[in-house]
Amino acid sequence: MRQERNNIFAGVDFTLVFLYLFLVGFGWLNIYAASKTPEDLAFLNFSTKYGKQLVFIGLALPLIVLILFFNSKFYEKFSSLFYIISIFTLLGLFVLGKTINGATSWYDFGVIGLQPSEFVKAFTALAVAKLLSDRQYNFALVKNQIKAFIIIFLPAFLILLQPDAGSALVYLAFFFVLNREGLTLNYILLGISTVLIFISTIYFGPEAIITSLFILITFFLILIIKRAGKRFLRFNWHKIIGVYLLLGVFVFGTNYFYKNILASHQKDRFDILLGIKTDNRGIGYNSYQSELTISSGGLHGKGFLNGDLTQGDFVPEQHTDYIFSTVGEEWGFIGTSLVIIAFMFMMYRVIYLAETHSNKFGRVYGYGLASILFFHVIVNIGMVIGLLPTVGIPLPFFSYGGSSLWGFTLLLFIFIRLDAHKNYDW
Amino acid sequence: MQRSFLLYFSITLVGVIFIGRLFQLQILRGQRYNPINNAAVKTQYDYPERGYVYDRNGTLIIANQLSYDVMIQPNEVTPLDTLEFCALLKIDKVSFLKRFERAQNYASYLPSVFLKQLAKEDYAYLQEKLHHYKGFYIQKRVIREYPIKSAANIFGYISEVGEAKAKKNAYYQQGELIGKAGIEKEYEAYLRGTKGKKYLHKNRFNKVTGSYKNGLLDTQPSNGEDLTLTIDIELQQYAESLMNGKRGGIVALEPSSGEILALVTAPSYDPNRLVGRKRSKNSVILMDPNNPDKPTYDRSLMAQYAPGSPFKMMNALIGLQENVIATNTSFRCYEGYQYGRRKNEFMGCHCGIIGSPIDLKTAIAKSCNSYFSNTFKRIVEKGNNPSEGLNNWSKHVKSFGLGDYLGYDLPAGAAGRIPTGDFYDKRIRYRWNAASVISNAIGQGDIETTPIQLANFTAAIANKGFFFTPHILKKVSGETIKNQKYTVPKKTSIAAKHFDPIIDAMHEVFKTGTGKSSQIQGLEICGKTGTVENSIKIIDGVKTQAPDHSILVAFAPKENPKIAIAVFVENGGYGSTIAAPISSLIIEKYLKGKISKPWVEKRIKALSLQEVYDKQKSKEIAPRTK
Repeated sequence: MRQERNNIFAGVDFTLVFLYLFLVGFGWLNIYAASKTPEDLAFLNFSTKYGKQLVFIGLALPLIVLILFFNSKFYEKFSSLFYIISIFTLLGLFVLGKTINGATSWYDFGVIGLQPSEFVKAFTALAVAKLLSDRQYNFALVKNQIKAFIIIFLPAFLILLQPDAGSALVYLAFFFVLNREGLTLNYILLGISTVLIFISTIYFGPEAIITSLFILITFFLILIIKRAGKRFLRFNWHKIIGVYLLLGVFVFGTNYFYKNILASHQKDRFDILLGIKTDNRGIGYNSYQSELTISSGGLHGKGFLNGDLTQGDFVPEQHTDYIFSTVGEEWGFIGTSLVIIAFMFMMYRVIYLAETHSNKFGRVYGYGLASILFFHVIVNIGMVIGLLPTVGIPLPFFSYGGSSLWGFTLLLFIFIRLDAHKNYDW
Repeated sequence: MQRSFLLYFSITLVGVIFIGRLFQLQILRGQRYNPINNAAVKTQYDYPERGYVYDRNGTLIIANQLSYDVMIQPNEVTPLDTLEFCALLKIDKVSFLKRFERAQNYASYLPSVFLKQLAKEDYAYLQEKLHHYKGFYIQKRVIREYPIKSAANIFGYISEVGEAKAKKNAYYQQGELIGKAGIEKEYEAYLRGTKGKKYLHKNRFNKVTGSYKNGLLDTQPSNGEDLTLTIDIELQQYAESLMNGKRGGIVALEPSSGEILALVTAPSYDPNRLVGRKRSKNSVILMDPNNPDKPTYDRSLMAQYAPGSPFKMMNALIGLQENVIATNTSFRCYEGYQYGRRKNEFMGCHCGIIGSPIDLKTAIAKSCNSYFSNTFKRIVEKGNNPSEGLNNWSKHVKSFGLGDYLGYDLPAGAAGRIPTGDFYDKRIRYRWNAASVISNAIGQGDIETTPIQLANFTAAIANKGFFFTPHILKKVSGETIKNQKYTVPKKTSIAAKHFDPIIDAMHEVFKTGTGKSSQIQGLEICGKTGTVENSIKIIDGVKTQAPDHSILVAFAPKENPKIAIAVFVENGGYGSTIAAPISSLIIEKYLKGKISKPWVEKRIKALSLQEVYDKQKSKEIAPRTK
């Protein structure tokens, strides 16, 4: 037993490790294809993107060993401290951060820059796990729910101020975690219907939506009154009026917000996605090229390093946020489905393992990991294949970037660590 | 429900949606994906040389010339001495800045045309100087050249293909040249040849990075085919010179083949005016709808006139075919024909033979209105009712190719009009009879024909009952055309034997009749003059009747005819005064190669009707007769 505990690989879930290696390795091949220049090859070298990424991958290995070296208790015990440090690194950005593309998200260390928001996800997941696994914690109390919300949304808020809306949005993923631990689904339903009304208002205009919503509600109201009698009306009239008012305000508010408050470039992204506007040159160029690039791959793809759209640099940011389009062109439908299935399998595996934890800390953390992965995959691939608006967040393990790679490595291997010792460490 | 269900379910749902979307993009849409139509592949066109065109005698009539454009690639331009540069290109500074800005707006890193089509003299000089100016260079282009300043209506012109056409037809890219009128349009497919294509790899910045698939799919251009037309360009030029100062059209055909020997519209223009840099400026002038001359309106194909007296031959032929007259049938003429009971229902006649019987031959030679009114009345009355009679008449007329587009190979034309019984049933509410439509007997009334239709009608008489569809294309790359549309004769509904008396009568016209003064020693010309009355118009509040149109149809020689011709001169007066000498000159020129009466030629060339035209500022292009 002692011996096993000294072996840092004992109990490690090799399915997850294998999936990790597959995604990172396949990711690198695609980064190589997307950023290769015909001139010279420089692998372990900072002069090229693929060379840099190879160095990042190399540095991820000692990080993994380090993560596995620590005891599970270590992560539980120091989770609050990690969280506080995280918040301070985010705050520190406002003083010391470097502004790239209008967002102050980076610490600049000369040869490399670090993006703290990529790491904070893992520490927030630890903090949430810590909070929810507390024996005193009762999720039914609104006070406790608010506590959880604060832990989740404080970093999100700080990231939003950078401003990096994409990375901030990721924190919505924690709803899955909270739901697992007892938060009612109504929040999610409310969220989804809000988004639906928001989008359809933009698309069809406020008049059409408000009319159809009112007709729908009135119809249900009549149904309810028929069943429950007029008494229902007498006791609930204020709620009914409230619903009507709220919807009216929301729909017209949305319209106002969209037309007058939303920045024009954000508005354009919605417009293009909803097909209100077509623009294959300006703002819509990325999505258009990305879709075209993926389509051109067909079933088998054009083969590694043979994607002429990739090689001609037609998709901007292809090695980072649009890396999936390279898979589409060079590896075809077979490659893209394989990547999606690998991600699905990884998430299934994490949830499955999390559910086997007797300890709540490990379970909550596992859900945090699965949810964050899920959210990243939806937003990133959804954008690349033209189902979601352009939101710049990386594809986990796949996209170019040291912070992203290390952040997700941290997130995953802490779980692998917790999972390895779930049976005898507590 | 298990707590983990929501996340499992969401992951599965999203996974299925994503894979479904990828299936749609890569499998469904990927099938339609053409690797050449790819942003990473640049197609470079290699333009072939447009085909040359020759006349029937092998004279080159349409050729190509080199033209030089000054090109600019704005991002490569270094600061330069604008003043000197402008002087070099012979433009002013404002124009320089405007052109520069336009190129910049198009694309800073792509070449575009800075100055189109330099004069040849300027090119040699510029060639030496231009390399001092970075970002500018000269590009050669091939444009049309018309060595003979004639036949613009036949040649047509080429210009840049429109956006709509470029979208519809995959062959053309916007800005490429395409035939827009005349044979340039009609035989575009022969003349243009096939572009060569070179596929190149390029990156997002349009920089070429190499050839696509090592040039495996590249194709070579193939030059356009050379065409030989049926036109005799010398005859064409001669006919055009005779139409100097007049409006109208002339069509000359070879009856034995339907080949168009000359196709003249007047006034016309020098086809070189629609070539090169001056094209757009000139096209505005030439195509101005307020220009009463309408030089781009091909009167020989499109102007619809009443045929007048030449149509009497048609009624004679139908009369013979329908057996309502015979060659010896005579009618009497009393300075006209009383077709109704009322006093004004009387058609005047100038045949000059009063009271004595007139036979068919004399009637044609002297153009007697009464004779053909009688004939026409009998034709119409042969039916069970006037409508049926007239329908039958109309059927005969149409068998000569009248009243419809003839099917010749030029992209302009008009149908003309041959009224039918149904036409009058609709127009005349009350009961009508032959007398109601009697004007048709002498080719006035509601009949409208174009000069080419009338020339074809004449050719059918010359052939004694059949014709070949008129056409202008003789050979493609030296191979004589074999299109059955033009090589198989079309039969008219009139039996061959009925033509002999008509031809004899037409021969009489030039011997003793209305064409007597235009007869040529040693040439057996058969023809018929015509004088078409114009309707009365109110011009500036005054009732004005424009002078008559002068018409003549003829063929020669009588035996084995070589040429059939129709001449229309707007407001030229009697057929015998202008149209007859014009046609006999053309016939003589074509058959003999020289002119025996140079004084007539001189008089006709000098004769201008401009004063007559100026008097009637009518908005109509060709005043219609009615």
